[in-house]
Amino acid sequence: MSTDLYAVTVLGHDRPGIIAATTAGLAELGLNIEDSTMTLLRGQFAMMLLCRGASETAAIERALAPLAAAGDLDVAVRPVADEPTPAAGGSAWVLTVHGGDRSGIVSAVVAEVAAAGGNITDLTTRLVGDLYLLVAELDLPAEADVAAVEDAIRASAERVGVTATLRPAEADEL
Amino acid sequence: MSSERVAAWSETELAVEGRVLDVVRAPEGVLSARGSDVDPTAPDVVQLAADLVATMRVSPGCVGLAANQVGVGVRVFCVDVTEHPKTRTGHGTFVLCNAEVVESSRNEKAREGCMSVPDLTGDVKRASRLTVRGQLPGTGETVSFSTDAFEARALQHEIDHTDGFLFLDRVAGAHAIYPRQTYL
Repeated sequence: MSTDLYAVTVLGHDRPGIIAATTAGLAELGLNIEDSTMTLLRGQFAMMLLCRGASETAAIERALAPLAAAGDLDVAVRPVADEPTPAAGGSAWVLTVHGGDRSGIVSAVVAEVAAAGGNITDLTTRLVGDLYLLVAELDLPAEADVAAVEDAIRASAERVGVTATLRPAEADEL
Repeated sequence: MSSERVAAWSETELAVEGRVLDVVRAPEGVLSARGSDVDPTAPDVVQLAADLVATMRVSPGCVGLAANQVGVGVRVFCVDVTEHPKTRTGHGTFVLCNAEVVESSRNEKAREGCMSVPDLTGDVKRASRLTVRGQLPGTGETVSFSTDAFEARALQHEIDHTDGFLFLDRVAGAHAIYPRQTYL
């Protein structure tokens, strides 16, 4: 089996059947879907998936072309390299930031995470009415001073008029 | 026994008419600040307790309401989970002032909503066995009691409000937030 890995993104107007059409096109080419994520962003369909198999970018684009035919969906295909699994170590955290909507909230807060050598592994933001909400999952390096990182995040959040809460990501081992 | 005292309590003890107040929504600042501790015997606290119960009663599906949610930054809330299907132990309607968690165990994850965050719900892990301590408005008696299941969840949600936290500050992860479904 080929180890070629392709990233496919589909973005645009939501309607029933987008995932069915996308995955049918990939299945015809014998591509195996590995990690994928799909959500609605303010009603817009947004999907990213990684698929593996013996194919090539142009063939995948041809197979998925009917999806984009109506002009309201963007489909993109590109080969990607396998990423090494990140080394274990450090600690996992969940960060919540919320407050009145204004520009610069996300950048102000995530800058502090980056400054501490933290890596965001999952991120959701939502704007509902006047309320802006960010929830991020992040890894901090083993040597990070968590209390200092939390203080820096809180201070940064305060400067843009929002509140921040950092707490351990708990996994119950069963 | 405090548990029986809380179960026997009702807002008629307050001897004042409760008024229905407007519920504020995030990002209102009062929701993100810890409230002040109160004198549970003070007339304005007694009136607030009655108002919270009255406002909870007229709000469909509401099982608890904190003073922050009606724009008052003090540590008072009411709870009544009697009608909720997930309730096991229940103490009827009660109001607690200056409440705190004494002991908690057996975390369980469940989906929560909040009148102050009407457009979102989220998965939150909370203790399903809980002991709390607080004071009853009016008499000012200190009560300490244990509960479980849904009443434990409601109490932790309300105590969080009095400490300036929303369920959003407790959600399990980036995929634990859900837009509330509205079907037109």
